[in-house]
Amino acid sequence: MNDLCELTVREAHQLLQQREISSVELTESTLQRIAQTEDKLHACLTVTHDLALEQAADADACLNEGQGKTLTGVPVLVKDLISTAGIRTTCGSTMLENFVPIYDATVIEKLKAQKAVIIGKTNMDEFAMGSSTEHSAFFPTHNPWDLNRVPGGSSGGSAAAVATNQAIYALGSDTGGSIRQPAGFCSVVGLKPTYGRVSRFGLVAFASSLDQIGPLTKDVADSALVMNIIAGHDPKDSTSARQPVPDYTKHLSRDLKGLRIGIPQEYFVEGMQGEVREALETAIHRLQEIGAAIDRRASLPSTKYALAVYYILAPSEASANLARYDGVKYGFSAVNASSAIDATEKTRQLGFGAEVKRRIMLGTYALSAGYYDAYYLKAQKVRTLIREEFDQAFRELDALVTPTSPTLPFTLGEKLEDPLQMYLSDVCTLPINIAGVPAISVPAGFADGLPVGMQIIGKPFDEETILRIAFAYQQATDWHKRKPPLLSG
Amino acid sequence: MKLTDEQVKHIAWLARLAMSQAEIERFKIQLSHILENFDILQQVDTTDVLPATQLSASRNVFREDKAAESYPQQQILANAPNQEENCFKVRAILE
Repeated sequence: MNDLCELTVREAHQLLQQREISSVELTESTLQRIAQTEDKLHACLTVTHDLALEQAADADACLNEGQGKTLTGVPVLVKDLISTAGIRTTCGSTMLENFVPIYDATVIEKLKAQKAVIIGKTNMDEFAMGSSTEHSAFFPTHNPWDLNRVPGGSSGGSAAAVATNQAIYALGSDTGGSIRQPAGFCSVVGLKPTYGRVSRFGLVAFASSLDQIGPLTKDVADSALVMNIIAGHDPKDSTSARQPVPDYTKHLSRDLKGLRIGIPQEYFVEGMQGEVREALETAIHRLQEIGAAIDRRASLPSTKYALAVYYILAPSEASANLARYDGVKYGFSAVNASSAIDATEKTRQLGFGAEVKRRIMLGTYALSAGYYDAYYLKAQKVRTLIREEFDQAFRELDALVTPTSPTLPFTLGEKLEDPLQMYLSDVCTLPINIAGVPAISVPAGFADGLPVGMQIIGKPFDEETILRIAFAYQQATDWHKRKPPLLSG
Repeated sequence: MKLTDEQVKHIAWLARLAMSQAEIERFKIQLSHILENFDILQQVDTTDVLPATQLSASRNVFREDKAAESYPQQQILANAPNQEENCFKVRAILE
């Protein structure tokens, strides 16, 4: 038998229910995998070894009584910007290096209600600002498919961990691609739900009109299973939606007959690596073979403005959200200061890293007197146009398919000194956050041993259709079953 | 849009970020480069386009004004860098 940590959520759930394995055994297997791989991968910031085994024993007691639910006893890793009561939550920042939340995020409450086993917190770009996990204040995470390359970001720790079976699944957050791009780079499944579908309560705020929490999983069925638990309205998040939550697994196995999938031409232009284009063309052909109607006339003409819109709006919101870090109520606090203002300024100078400062500066500028109209207001207007184009496209189409990222995983350090090049890594994913629609990245092939991700974009609150397409594609391929060389070496 | 030293210092002041001269130099070049790329938005005709204000369909969200249990003082203060007599300790604001 393979190591237990290699199980999916669905497989683990079945074996736990039937009491063929215990949660303690399963949890020990993931902890052991972390111990074996972590010196090469650096995916975790905190591993809650003893606490996890306690939770596992508790879950086993529950399972023995026949009270097990979908996620009972299944080990999960959580991105380190989702608040976990009593467990350090750093956001990958010096600012919160020793911060221990006093409450759980709503998604964590939901996992705990299921008696899920939380085994630790994963590495990330500081405050989720980045596309490579190199902006972590602690250390970069490495890509399990090639340790000299980045795992993507900002949920790079979660993606690398799932790819190497350090956990059965993980949670991440996505503001401009931070679940999907690392999922693509590490060959796992990453879903960014519709804005408002999953409660953001307890998610440390980056850009409040764009942030969403979502699952990173080994396959599509697991993505649906986890969504069943974490989605839903939360009175503590006034932007969370009241729409009822469907059973996301219900229509997974329906075929694709009658579904119209658009291929927006604007996503296949300049800067795209040839290998990515080739892999995507093959994947699109496969979708057609299994019954989808492909429409290549789909067009989202304002796509070329999305990067500018995003990098005005997200930093603007960040500059306001991060104003709270003043070294008074929690977090890092500069010691040597001559006055209250001096203390605030030095706290922020020493507590924040370069990329966070860059974004705070950008956002502050875009919101400042004299520039607000030209930058922030203009970007909000173009945001309206981008959203309308998605609405328009979805009048005739059920989903859109694009690459997840225009390039293969790049090497560590390659884009670190050129922020704009780093930003371009999210050029295919950030329009989706601007429009607030859901999208999933699924493994869609390899080039030179490096993963390529396919992004499937859906109508607002229609996660079911993109999961169905992703599931059908996964049934017709076996990319998701490939294991990174790290695990055989 | 090329930023000057003075502009970078002004933005840093607004953002309450202390900054070394080396940082000012670096941000001046990087931010100018990024801002130049935002000029593309000026090509878009947005006459009569309303700014996107909120994404969800919901408008105002109301709830009853009912007091609920909060957290104990000691927990609230648990992460405070400086505290005294059950309060957050801050530096003097008025001289």
